[in-house]
Amino acid sequence: MHAHRNYVHNEEELQRTSIVQKSRAAFGNPNRLCFLVIYEGKEIMTPPKDQTATKAQTEQDNTVHALPKTRKMTGAQMVMEALAENGVDTIFGYPGGAVLPIYDALHQQKKVKHVLVRHEQGAGHAAEGYARSTGKVGVCLVTSGPGATNVVTALTDALMDSIPMVCITGQVPTFLIGTDAFQEADTTGITRACTKHNYLVRDVNDLARIIHEAFHVARSGRPGPVLIDLPKDVQFAEGPYISKDQAPMHMYQPRTEPDMDLIEEAVELMASAKRPVFYTGGGIINAGPKASEALVKLVRETGFPITSTLMGLGSFPASDKQWLGMLGMHGTYEANWAMHDCDVMICIGARFDDRVTGALKGFSPHSKKIHIDIDPSSINKNVHVDIGIVGDAGKAAEAMLKVWKARGFKADPDAMKTWNAQIDKWRDIKCLQYKNSKDVIKPQYALERLSDAIKKDGRDTFISTEVGQHQMWAAQFLPFEKPNRWLTSGGLGTMGYGLPAAIGAQMAHPDALCIDVAGEASILMNIQELTTAVQYRLPVKIFILNNQWMGMVRQWQELLHGERYSQSYSESLPDFVKLAEAYGGIGLRATTPAELDDVIEKMMKTDKVTIVDVCVDQKENCFPMIPSGKAHNEMILSADPSQYDKKLV
Amino acid sequence: MVKKKSDSGKSVYGSTIDNGVASAHTLSILVDNEPGVLARVVGLYSGRGYNIESLTVAETDHANNLSRITIICSGTPMVIEQIKHQLDRLVPVHRVTDLTLQGEHVERELALIKVSSTGEKRIEALRTADIFRARVVDSTHESFVFEVTGSSAKVNAFIELMRGLGMVDVSRTGVAAMSRGTKAI
Ligand SMILES: Cc1ncc(C[n+]2csc(CCOP(=O)(O)OP(=O)(O)O)c2C)c(N)n1
Ligand SMILES: [Mg+2]
Repeated sequence: MHAHRNYVHNEEELQRTSIVQKSRAAFGNPNRLCFLVIYEGKEIMTPPKDQTATKAQTEQDNTVHALPKTRKMTGAQMVMEALAENGVDTIFGYPGGAVLPIYDALHQQKKVKHVLVRHEQGAGHAAEGYARSTGKVGVCLVTSGPGATNVVTALTDALMDSIPMVCITGQVPTFLIGTDAFQEADTTGITRACTKHNYLVRDVNDLARIIHEAFHVARSGRPGPVLIDLPKDVQFAEGPYISKDQAPMHMYQPRTEPDMDLIEEAVELMASAKRPVFYTGGGIINAGPKASEALVKLVRETGFPITSTLMGLGSFPASDKQWLGMLGMHGTYEANWAMHDCDVMICIGARFDDRVTGALKGFSPHSKKIHIDIDPSSINKNVHVDIGIVGDAGKAAEAMLKVWKARGFKADPDAMKTWNAQIDKWRDIKCLQYKNSKDVIKPQYALERLSDAIKKDGRDTFISTEVGQHQMWAAQFLPFEKPNRWLTSGGLGTMGYGLPAAIGAQMAHPDALCIDVAGEASILMNIQELTTAVQYRLPVKIFILNNQWMGMVRQWQELLHGERYSQSYSESLPDFVKLAEAYGGIGLRATTPAELDDVIEKMMKTDKVTIVDVCVDQKENCFPMIPSGKAHNEMILSADPSQYDKKLV
Repeated sequence: MVKKKSDSGKSVYGSTIDNGVASAHTLSILVDNEPGVLARVVGLYSGRGYNIESLTVAETDHANNLSRITIICSGTPMVIEQIKHQLDRLVPVHRVTDLTLQGEHVERELALIKVSSTGEKRIEALRTADIFRARVVDSTHESFVFEVTGSSAKVNAFIELMRGLGMVDVSRTGVAAMSRGTKAI
């Protein structure tokens, strides 16, 4: 009762309410996004400006340099201007009612290219692929309501894997927010937990500043997705454009310089190590190619062995003799045992994820741990470390190398000899070995052949994956020599990521070889993006390891759920060759090992999107494996317990 | 009460090894006064399974558009450290200060307590209020509304006594806090 009385007492509130009601009644058809506003009995059309004025403005825009720094333009024009100013050349998006003004502005400029996807999730993952393969901020543009909700998975994916991304969503006009208007969703509410930060822009005067700020936040510190929710009336409204150098410096300035005292302490600990190991992650990739260079120098100078997480593959060349392979649940025997037995662990840009550590109580029990991370909250989150250093992975690696050299440190040669001999023993297990067959294509064999073909081809190669066994096999069997060439959904494990991510990478690198290593189940999750690849003539290769099962699910059911294969068979699969052709691409198939090389060779030469349906062994499992809840030293090498020490199973 | 992670013994990975003792900490968080900032802070607590025991928020610096959020939450030193880092990561958060760790500080809370009674109970309520230096801010023949300020412990004690004297309503502000001495938070 009281609350009600309050409203009635507030004259201003009462008046405003009636305006909203009047305007809502005026819309009549709730399915129509309408910009007829009734205010004090008068009809007002937004935008009030006529079209010719807008056009003249756009023409002016093309001669930027001659103009004073604050120019008036519409919110929609500001979006395009600010994107260009932030170095964006390509965006991925899908139009709709609430972003039409932006699409109109897009149509009238030439600086930013738009890639029309076929589902907003695709836009998000394509932006991620673009970002991961270039080191730049990926951008997507989607409409309100369903457009925004469709992009939520990709935002979460980018948050988990620290991918810099700016997502612009349309929103219903400000005066309709909160009325359950057509295609209204509380986008900032929905995405608060899956973005690094988000904005709802209520005033066009704030827009340019917010866009610059969004790019700053997306790429600073630990990168992540930033969302800007932009109501349609703000897109139409006119205001001054504030250029990047005019925008106030934002107070969000995460620390990047490592504390040198701690670096000294860390390097001293490294120099005293008898069984050291580097454990690196996606943070190195995010810190840019220079960080990888610094890491390589540091690792070579110390002579220590190195392993990396799924997200960090490529930051250290896989062909190097110090490389142990990936660690974690499906990591190599040598990497996981080195982690378990080491006495000094140097973690740079990784975050002790449960898929990496295995059971925490058995995680590397005898080591002193150094952890370098740009995000203070990652330090001591899951695992207690002895030296925690906040800073940029590349800067820290450079600083460590400097100190190591300046103080004339050398790894203890005797200790290293023993340690390397032990590592060689673990390597000798040959944990990635599999039993090949003449009749049926083993998925590992298919990837070995692909790997060979890639090396022979010589083009710069970007590999994306979907999620499942094929993803783990790709991580194990493909060679990663350089950073930014490996695009995979690590933290969220999003099936359907690979094809749009490959499209994003191919847009950024038109001459490169872009291959999505896929599973037959995952690929169907964003198969519609084949059309996008056809439209933009992107020769993306989709290498399906078709085992007719949700293989990873089937593997867990076999090993952990009494072989009860509940709903994991890929029933009623399409004919992938015909499917590719129906979309206007090329379809190829290999059913026997003998056909494989020929098919791969054909695939390498295609100039259109190509699906290769590689019919592989249906029952192959992915090993080695640390069963969930077990420690690194409890990993298993095959499902057959008789072959190995019983207590390992 | 402390944190959901404490019952994550159910996780096959086990929980983070943390032998610390849980205690309550008072955090003072300086934030941009913008829509959604409270939701971000509260969402962080719920999303990561931390528990809030007390929360106050209001604009404190109009010129610079800043608000201060005061939160009391419990956890082991490692958990509190994690909460502070997570809060600090939020873009609109300027500064997180742990008043409990920083040293001596004062904490005050205000409560309004309605007591509905007659006769001896009514007189006893008034007498008790006097002892606690609670003020009468509204009165009818059958009721009082008392305003009491002080530490949470004092407010608790007052509420406990009023319970037997016809208490029908309590409204508390939650804790506002500040460090002692000359230095600003
Ligand atoms: C969106 C989504 N839904 C469900 C899962 C759970 N999941 C993980 S792997 C997998 C099976 C993938 O099958 P496929 O793509 O054929 O790959 P395979 O394991 O057979 O190589 C499923 C269902 C997931 N990771 N992502
Ligand atoms: Mg499969």
